[in-house]
Amino acid sequence: MVETAAPTTPNRKNIFASLELDTRLLGMIGAFVVLCLVFNVFTDGRFLTPRNIFNLTIQTVSVAIMATGMVFVIVTRHIDLSVGALLATCSAMMAVTQTVVTPEWLGLGLNHPLTAPIAIIVGLITGVVIGAFHGFLIGYLLIPAFIVTLGGLLVWRNVAWYLTGGQTIGPLDQNFQLFGGINGTLGETWSWVVGVVAVVAAVLMQFNARRNKTAHEFPVKPMWAELLLSGIVAASILGLVAVLNAYEIPEARLERMFEARGEVLPEGLTAGYGLPVSVLVLIIIAIVMTVVAQKTRLGRYIFAAGGNPDAAELSGISTRLLTLKVFMIMGALCALSAVVASARLSFHSNDIGTLDELRVIAAAVIGGTALSGGIGTIYGAILGALIMQSLQSGMAMVGVDAPFQNIVVGGVLVFAVLVDIIYRKRTGART
Amino acid sequence: MHRRTLLAAALGATCLTAVTAPAFAQDLTVGVSWSNFQEERWKTDEAAMRAALEANGAAYVSTDAQSSSAKQLSDIESLMAQGVDALIVLAQDTQAIIPAVQAAADEGIPVIAYDRLIEDPRAFYLTFDNVEVGRMQARAVLEEAPEGNYVMIKGSPTDPNADFLRGGQQEVLQEAIDAGRINIVGEAYTDQWLPANAQRNMEQILTANDNNVDAVVASNDGTAGGAVAALTAQGMAGIPVSGQDGDHAALNRVAQGTQTVSVWKDARDLGQNAGEIAVALAGGLGMSEVEESEEWTSPTGTTMWAKFLAPVPITQDNLDVVVDAGWIDQETLCQGVVDGPSPCN
Repeated sequence: MVETAAPTTPNRKNIFASLELDTRLLGMIGAFVVLCLVFNVFTDGRFLTPRNIFNLTIQTVSVAIMATGMVFVIVTRHIDLSVGALLATCSAMMAVTQTVVTPEWLGLGLNHPLTAPIAIIVGLITGVVIGAFHGFLIGYLLIPAFIVTLGGLLVWRNVAWYLTGGQTIGPLDQNFQLFGGINGTLGETWSWVVGVVAVVAAVLMQFNARRNKTAHEFPVKPMWAELLLSGIVAASILGLVAVLNAYEIPEARLERMFEARGEVLPEGLTAGYGLPVSVLVLIIIAIVMTVVAQKTRLGRYIFAAGGNPDAAELSGISTRLLTLKVFMIMGALCALSAVVASARLSFHSNDIGTLDELRVIAAAVIGGTALSGGIGTIYGAILGALIMQSLQSGMAMVGVDAPFQNIVVGGVLVFAVLVDIIYRKRTGART
Repeated sequence: MHRRTLLAAALGATCLTAVTAPAFAQDLTVGVSWSNFQEERWKTDEAAMRAALEANGAAYVSTDAQSSSAKQLSDIESLMAQGVDALIVLAQDTQAIIPAVQAAADEGIPVIAYDRLIEDPRAFYLTFDNVEVGRMQARAVLEEAPEGNYVMIKGSPTDPNADFLRGGQQEVLQEAIDAGRINIVGEAYTDQWLPANAQRNMEQILTANDNNVDAVVASNDGTAGGAVAALTAQGMAGIPVSGQDGDHAALNRVAQGTQTVSVWKDARDLGQNAGEIAVALAGGLGMSEVEESEEWTSPTGTTMWAKFLAPVPITQDNLDVVVDAGWIDQETLCQGVVDGPSPCN
């Protein structure tokens, strides 16, 4: 598009062109909005209540966290079928750590403040080590990723089973449970603080980028477009916070919370849930992963190697080490996802993460990650996960029969990829 | 104290949803969360539940967790977001379901633990009385064989129900044992309730006792089938044997006379009760006020309100019941039976 670096304003056809937005992202957001509106009509307005939006966000987190890692895996032309099983093993390790190791072996007792950090570190180590092992088999011993992770699917699911003897383990540590969603929210005030900080950061980044472009005499958007964009970003962030704050904690629960602190619930007091800790974790992961993808050498290598492995190898990138790193990242994200998933149940159950590998791959693919490698975005994968979860929750709410729910989800997956292929052809296959 | 707030909250909820007097269940919605609807058996329960709800003017909404405890939690959140007034939950996992019960309690929505225990005192447990099943089995066998050598074929050692059953059987037999009329000559757990394991155990007991066995108390129809096969091999088929579940093959054995009793749990009875109790609880009734409810302590020490339904012992005298109920058709029941009891004559 940009033929010269001349600071002249290029020909802008319409408002979207002026905003220089990713049309693919716009299409996905559009589809998501339509989906929500349709479900809202069919559920008599219950789909878009603060309560259901809150539910949707916490239900999406576990799959979305892993989907961000799956983007890297798929971009480098690999696949990981073992994420659900890996999640189960990490979850089992953490559950055993916090119910047996820390309270009994280390003698810390139940609900010690150190329990949750120790458990999470154990989980992360487990995930990274297993991920590195996968990466080593794939990168250095050149076993296809499909085979390694298919084996991993069976191995780690059953390692988890063996670790726990198939039992449901819990209840988990009180502090650990804060990562589960409804058991850990920031409350109204802190949610606003996070929201405002996010808005300020987003606007600063936007204008920083603009200043950078001007300094290098690149063409920039008109000022009104920048301001409109900032407005939209600010409105969506603050809007989400407002919605999550609007979901009020039921009185019975508030009363229990006050009782636990030895206080009495003041008459007429209400409080909103606010931003769940698990969603905050997802947002942080999304930012970190996006920065890694776009601003670091590792990220550029990942996309370069995915686009053309031979060229990358010849230009001196160690694709083997790269594979190892990508699978280590995937392992770490599986562990974080395991924290959220088991904290949400407040127990480790033997079936945790079953079929998650398929949901994660589907989320990444719906989000525009190409299985042929080299193309994919983190925000796309998260949006993909959100769309999948909305479809499932929405259909469950409307009362669609269970078999049809899965039929629709399967159909949507294939259809989304078809639309993506057509879109890429029309626009000349740019990322 | 806690119960009163729950009750008040439930009342409040019904007042909000129903503009008319809360005593009328007109606008009630009951949400049902199945653990795995792929299993055929729950279809029968669902039909009965639906009918009971409709009869009470309540709407039925359901979700299927497809064997995932995580999906079940999301399902229940979604049901509550739809504003259901009561929940019936067939739990995938007796513990991992607790966050859902917690959330429901916060909203003042009553939860019924359907057939499978939920380890939480805020849930109302509805199931068949397994101890009573054991009593019925022993009673029917004892009637046929008031004295002699007994063999106890128990269920799986990992299933708590196996010990409930055995406990009920012992209660009935204790007096006869103390009086020396009956003598337990063999007792064996059946790994995974497998008929093949029951058959092997029965064979060994028969060998050890030179076939001096007068009655077999088997804990379900599968193990009874194994025991009967072992007896048939020794030409002993026809001595009293008990079972439960109303398996089609077992009912056929009852008609043929090779099995004495199959204690039958009518799934429709369970479904109907769940529907009625859900409507009652949603209408503000306390758990303790449910008809025939009792306070019960689970094996792990959770004290909760529960209702145990009485199963029906099916013997040659009442085979008509299962046919009339549509549980089994007459042809299947009477296959190979000549001049048998009603309806096989």
